[in-house]
Amino acid sequence: MANYTEDELAKDLENQEYKFGFVTDIETEKVPIGLNEDIIKLISAKKNEPEWLLEHRLKAFEIWKSMTEPEWAHVTYKKPDFQAITYYAAPKQTKKYESWDDVDPEMKEIMSKLGISMEEQQRLTGVAVDFVMDSVSVATSFKEKLKELGIIFCSFSDAVQEYPELVKKHMGTVVPTTDNFYAALNSAVFTDGSFCYIPKGVRCPMELSTYFRINAGGTGQFERTLVVADEGSYVSYLEGCTAPQRDENQLHAAVVELIALENAEIKYSTVQNWYPGDKEGKGGVFNFVTKRGICERNAKISWTQVETGSAVTWKYPSCILKGDNSIGEFYSVAVTNNFQQADTGTKMVHLGKNTKSTIISKGISAGKSQNSYRGLVQIHKNANNARNFSQCDSLLMTSECGAHTFPYIECKNPTAKIEHEATTSKIGEDQMFYCMQRGISEEKAISLIVNGYCKEVLNQLPMEFAVEAQKLLAISLEGSVG
Amino acid sequence: MQETISASGNKLGLFRSGLSLTSISFDRLAISNALAVIEDRDFPTTHEESWKYTRLSKLANSKFSGTSFNKEVNYSNVHSDAYRFIFENGRLIHSSEGINAISLKAATEMKLQGITSENSLFDAINLAYAEDGLLIEISAKEKLQKPIEIVHIANGNKVSNLRHIFRVGDFAEAEITLLYTGSNDSTSFINVVSNIELGTGSHLTINKLQSEFGTDFHFSKEFAKQQKDSNLTLNTLTLNGNFVRNDVVIRVEGQNAESNLNGAYILRNNQLVDNHTVVDHLVPNCQSNELYKGVLYDKSTAVFNGKVFVRQDAQKINAFQSNGNVMMSEGATVYSKPELEIYADDVKCSHGSTTGQLDEEAIYYLRARGISEKSAKELLVSAFVGDVLNNIENQEVFDFTNKFLSYSFGWKNN
Repeated sequence: MANYTEDELAKDLENQEYKFGFVTDIETEKVPIGLNEDIIKLISAKKNEPEWLLEHRLKAFEIWKSMTEPEWAHVTYKKPDFQAITYYAAPKQTKKYESWDDVDPEMKEIMSKLGISMEEQQRLTGVAVDFVMDSVSVATSFKEKLKELGIIFCSFSDAVQEYPELVKKHMGTVVPTTDNFYAALNSAVFTDGSFCYIPKGVRCPMELSTYFRINAGGTGQFERTLVVADEGSYVSYLEGCTAPQRDENQLHAAVVELIALENAEIKYSTVQNWYPGDKEGKGGVFNFVTKRGICERNAKISWTQVETGSAVTWKYPSCILKGDNSIGEFYSVAVTNNFQQADTGTKMVHLGKNTKSTIISKGISAGKSQNSYRGLVQIHKNANNARNFSQCDSLLMTSECGAHTFPYIECKNPTAKIEHEATTSKIGEDQMFYCMQRGISEEKAISLIVNGYCKEVLNQLPMEFAVEAQKLLAISLEGSVG
Repeated sequence: MQETISASGNKLGLFRSGLSLTSISFDRLAISNALAVIEDRDFPTTHEESWKYTRLSKLANSKFSGTSFNKEVNYSNVHSDAYRFIFENGRLIHSSEGINAISLKAATEMKLQGITSENSLFDAINLAYAEDGLLIEISAKEKLQKPIEIVHIANGNKVSNLRHIFRVGDFAEAEITLLYTGSNDSTSFINVVSNIELGTGSHLTINKLQSEFGTDFHFSKEFAKQQKDSNLTLNTLTLNGNFVRNDVVIRVEGQNAESNLNGAYILRNNQLVDNHTVVDHLVPNCQSNELYKGVLYDKSTAVFNGKVFVRQDAQKINAFQSNGNVMMSEGATVYSKPELEIYADDVKCSHGSTTGQLDEEAIYYLRARGISEKSAKELLVSAFVGDVLNNIENQEVFDFTNKFLSYSFGWKNN
């Protein structure tokens, strides 16, 4: 907030249309549209995958065929035609870059448009960026430094080639292929993603970050992320995404699996800004994501998310607190504007003793959008002394939007303590009056109040992300004064 | 019950084959709509959201022979002086003079206009197979001097579908106590639906006291419509019962209305209570308060699902909803799902849900002052539930509840 002036906000507000909505003409290589076994075999062959992975994909495809799309979420949309999607698109040039200078200048330009000038980031923040452009990672930095510590941070396809045992051992252990419709689809057709392994006792010295981006028209993106933190290690992982503007709906069905072994800690932060559709609710990305982590003894997983994009969001980053004394956290800000719909929340499954979970969810609805929190807190029979605290607040900006809360609380252990509270209200007239009386414009006052309202969550984000997230909040809510 | 294969050939079909269609002169369309809801359906499974935590297999596998026991059931009345009506196994066996109350069997079609079932299975079954019920009308500006007490006795192995209609006229005031009781060995299925209409500026308090001793299945539903400036208080006290499902649906159709829902449940053994409530705010400037609290001993199970809807343009709504549970023993289970669906912006709505146990430090505090652990726990439990009981304005209802709990849980009378 400190460095973000009113002028900047005004400038941001001028860019009323989607800020990052552009299509870059990098030549891409596509497989034919549609989905069948041959396509899956083709994807697998193109990626030069081992036999077991192909089998895994085909099995997932079989399972997927027997499933139906879930309908319980509080969202309505035209279901995507799964046969009209291109399941694989890779940038033509497959050459790997050793240094930043080798990177295609056109690609550099995209990155600077995205506001992630790599030189800047490398020099100033020490963030290692694994840039995923249309499913194939094209630039990886800081690899050397991470290598010294034994940290593996690479694209998923590289991991399959170079560390097949690790991938085979952990993939699908947290989100099994049978989990849900979109997880099964992802398991069948995923193209790439990130893989991260932190060895025993290592504290990752920098924040790992991947920028995802959809580029080729009509290409659904099926990312797969696997983060394994071995015993006693620590990693902070950032994920952010932007997508170009276009009319047809794009499907994004990612799977993220986190594994925190004994005494390990994973912090996973997301800023999600997929194209939300225009003011009439036309277009926009469908974001159907399955994110889940598993905690062994004394481990901790912390999810932080800022959700501002997508036409339809369906996302529940969850923690399975399997080990004793493990901790799960979920901090979320979800903003919906115009015709956006979000059904998001978390699941905290307490299996081990003395497990703790915290849920802080802040929803902001504007325009004609619908914003739902849906959460599950489940205390199993043997989870003695489990503790949960949930707080879900909703802020309503206009009279035509909606905010909903659906918490599921299931407790089978008498020593558990569970608290849930939720509030729904609009920005207080007295708060607005107070600000405006002091010469703060209406728009700026809203931005101020909203930022204050979200502070608890934004504070959890790493510094650079927090600044970006605040800008995003302001842009997402522009012109939504109710 | 005849073992004929019904049209749908499933367990619900079998269940229905033992029932006879209602002889009450409901609107024909209402009956055919109700039958359409039931047709081709089986008992709901846990895949259905409103039955997610309550398995109906026990009910589905139960056989009801339709027998009524001959023996007398001992119970105590709630009110010393009331307009009293008694139903035993669905049959009206006692009624009072002095108010405008008739048996539904005697009600004309015109009187029953507008009585329909919602799109829910047991509501529809109730309408289509209703045996009897009461139609009570309080005329405008009438203030009842005594409460109405309707006693439902389960005493046999019988299915009884009763439907009551309470119409409270403009600016009228009334209090109705629905007492449910029964014999120890009763194994009935009781399904009672009350259609409640509150006129402008009217006041109505309903006390629902559930204290059956048998292994009955008890389903009851209150469906209320509130006009402007009306005030409805619904106290649902589940003191005993084997398998209890409560549905409360309140449609607030007039401005400046107030709705208060108080619920308390104290469960033992394998008892199950499933409370589903819906408060639907259709118009602006209304207030609703909901407080449900429960204590679970042994292997009992409590389900709470509260929904608050605030429809578009229903501005300036204050809606509060709270559910608290104390788990006393291993094996107890709590499922709590408080929900808010808000489509208007100028509202203040909140809900909360807690699940935990008695405060160790509070117990220690009391024990340090010479109070035994048992008494300390009793004291804390009654204080916890006391939050809800203190909202009960009628002293007789309050006393009945306290006495009942003290007696059945061996608490000291306090």
